[in-house]
Amino acid sequence: MNRAGTLQLATPTDREIVITRVFDAPREMLFEAHTKPELVKRWLNGAPGWSLTVCEIDLRVGGAYRYVWRGPSGQDMGMGGTYREIVRPERLVATQLFDEEWTDEALGTLAFTEREGKTTLTNTLVYSSRETRDAVLKTPMDKGMANGYDQLEDLLASMAARREA
Amino acid sequence: MELVGYGETYLNGLDATFAALADPTRRAILARLASGEASVTELAEPFAMTQPAISKHLKVLERAGLISRGADAQRRPRKLEPQRLAEATRWLENYRQFWEASFGSLDVLLDEMKTMKARENDTHARADQDKGEDR
Repeated sequence: MNRAGTLQLATPTDREIVITRVFDAPREMLFEAHTKPELVKRWLNGAPGWSLTVCEIDLRVGGAYRYVWRGPSGQDMGMGGTYREIVRPERLVATQLFDEEWTDEALGTLAFTEREGKTTLTNTLVYSSRETRDAVLKTPMDKGMANGYDQLEDLLASMAARREA
Repeated sequence: MELVGYGETYLNGLDATFAALADPTRRAILARLASGEASVTELAEPFAMTQPAISKHLKVLERAGLISRGADAQRRPRKLEPQRLAEATRWLENYRQFWEASFGSLDVLLDEMKTMKARENDTHARADQDKGEDR
């Protein structure tokens, strides 16, 4: 079992992204924090400078949800979908589609498993094609890719240095 | 950004960029071009590859918007298009950062929820105790 606080990203198949994270809290709380808008707004803010400005949740099978984030320079990023399965407090299945025009719909399964007061969150995202999955992420977790990205970072650093020169 | 669906148009999106970046030779070509434009012959030199093989990689990079052709019609030098590269890396770094930052905030919220619950339990326990004393 992994340590609380460490985020893990994996790609078990070429259409999936799996995010795993252990929290020091019972799963009932995790479930609430994912399904009550006033609570979701407290944490799902993403990168520094961003905030979740719209959070609407109709928590029933067939019900819709909609999230919109606002970035530091006022840009909006939106996504939403429909709940497919709700098993409190262990499972939440929903479709998800970003407003970004180059993505298509994914199916997200959030699972909460509790052990000795700690909860493991597993978020499995299944995309309709490998292309979309790669576009969403281009896998920093895959070893080969991670290596590639190290090189990419070096490349970007050298480009920045060149611009300054 | 282009409107992205399936097929040819899709290849013009970020996906083509990521596919192009997935190959070590192509990343090495980009790294070389980061220090200035170069002709196909110059680019082929450090790699144990034929010119047609290099040209194939260049075509992929060009289609992905990562490089373009310079002004000199004779040498047809290739040059880097840093804009597209920056676009691609921004998105992936955002992805991990997004979840790390969000889950950090979720830790704080959960702590708060636990404190509140403990306080509630405490209040209930005291109420029960009071009830017990009344009896």
